[in-house]
Amino acid sequence: MNEFTTTRHNPLIDPTMHVWHGEVAGYLFLGGVVAGIMVLMGAWLLMRSDEDRSEHLSLVPWTAPILLSIGMLLLWLDLENRFNAFRFYFVFRPLSPMSWGSWILLAIYPASLMLAWYTTPDVLRRKALDWIGGRIPTAVGRLQRVDAWILGHRTSIAWVNVLAGAALGVYTGLLLGTMASRPLWNSAVLGPLFLTSGLSTGAAYMLLYRLEDVERVLLTRVDMGLIVIELALVAIWLIGMATGGELTHEAMTLLVSGPYSPAFWSLVVGFGLVVPLLGDWIEQAQGHVPGRLAAFMVLVGGFALRWIIVYAGQHTGFSEGMAALF
Amino acid sequence: MSEKRYAMAVDTRTCVGCTACVLACKTENAVAEGYSRDWITTAVSGSFPNLQMSIHSERCNHCENPPCVHVCPTGASYIGPGGIVLVDHDKCTGCKACIAACPYDARFVDPRTGTIDKCTFCVHRVENGVPTTACQDVCPTRSIFFGDINDPDSEISRVLRERDHYVLHPEAGTRPRHYFLK
Repeated sequence: MNEFTTTRHNPLIDPTMHVWHGEVAGYLFLGGVVAGIMVLMGAWLLMRSDEDRSEHLSLVPWTAPILLSIGMLLLWLDLENRFNAFRFYFVFRPLSPMSWGSWILLAIYPASLMLAWYTTPDVLRRKALDWIGGRIPTAVGRLQRVDAWILGHRTSIAWVNVLAGAALGVYTGLLLGTMASRPLWNSAVLGPLFLTSGLSTGAAYMLLYRLEDVERVLLTRVDMGLIVIELALVAIWLIGMATGGELTHEAMTLLVSGPYSPAFWSLVVGFGLVVPLLGDWIEQAQGHVPGRLAAFMVLVGGFALRWIIVYAGQHTGFSEGMAALF
Repeated sequence: MSEKRYAMAVDTRTCVGCTACVLACKTENAVAEGYSRDWITTAVSGSFPNLQMSIHSERCNHCENPPCVHVCPTGASYIGPGGIVLVDHDKCTGCKACIAACPYDARFVDPRTGTIDKCTFCVHRVENGVPTTACQDVCPTRSIFFGDINDPDSEISRVLRERDHYVLHPEAGTRPRHYFLK
């Protein structure tokens, strides 16, 4: 028999740590979607001509900075001392994933805005320039120079978005993955897993728009590949925990057979990965153009993955105080 | 003379878990109501009649390799004088990454400021030449030892030399400077 008691009862810490909530899960999800939009649209620019792109797909990148802003708002709301948030940008701390993330987020804005401007159809871009010119005539010359510069740097903008998006996607996983004190999170697989999930949810998010059939088929195929990779990464992550020490093994059981297992197996693995993969596969096999249902399911699964990992991870830790000694 | 390195040791043979250290800390450091920087843990193991009980007075371990300092994105968590791990409240955003990173769950959010609070080894006393912490002063069984482990003549150096001791979760790789005497 081992009986352990403590006089500590600090809110947010006891009986188990619960400092991060839905805001963090929401931010990680939106960060992943933004990463997906940037990487996939950047890759699209590198591999396809501009004529291949429908108007709706061309306008999707404008939503990246908007989604990112919502995510950053959630992150800001999670801070306990919100008016010190500017402190993130007074220093760069190379060992702190959160510091890396703060600076990466800052780079995401110009990169995603340049991408959005580049992919905007000519007619709309000219209209926007005329509209601004009508209100701020002095800015016209400068804006035209920026416009010409962006249009002249297609490949660079595409690469910057691929790399910045990948950095954002990996960082959302590393933020948790580098926490050695939380066995469920402390895995090198979490970075690639969150990146892959981000790319997959990014593709799913783009599929919610009214795209051309050929775009739908291509994005769905990409998403199917990403789902397969994500399933493999989830398996590697779980196997890694199962074959680790006692603490990581206990952490794994939280997901596989413990209190989080119903949500994990049904929402993440079933609803979010396996069922949409099968649905996409059947649709493609029968020559149908993929609809939005599978994409919606992938998005729900992607959010559930982050929600469950954020919450379940906080239940894991080094066993309470000196109880570990017995 | 080498640089000072402060550490604490708790005698698990003589500690009776009276919580005087907890109350003294709360008073000395005006800790927020309902929160505590140090605490008592009691572990009972075995099967009747072969039971054993061990009592710990615990707090921040002021690690040599503090994950809380590494993850802090603003530099608010830092290693202060004598290796004491401290929080600069002017820089703290309350992001709680340090709470998540601490294997000992020794940190909490002070509801009055929204910043992180924890044991400071009574650094305000140490810096003013007071050689003891509040918890140590009040301990009725003299179970708490505090001092410079780089000074071979200090009391804590002596007890660590003479007594078997251990730290919590050495496997975490944090190299704690809070010891427990067997």
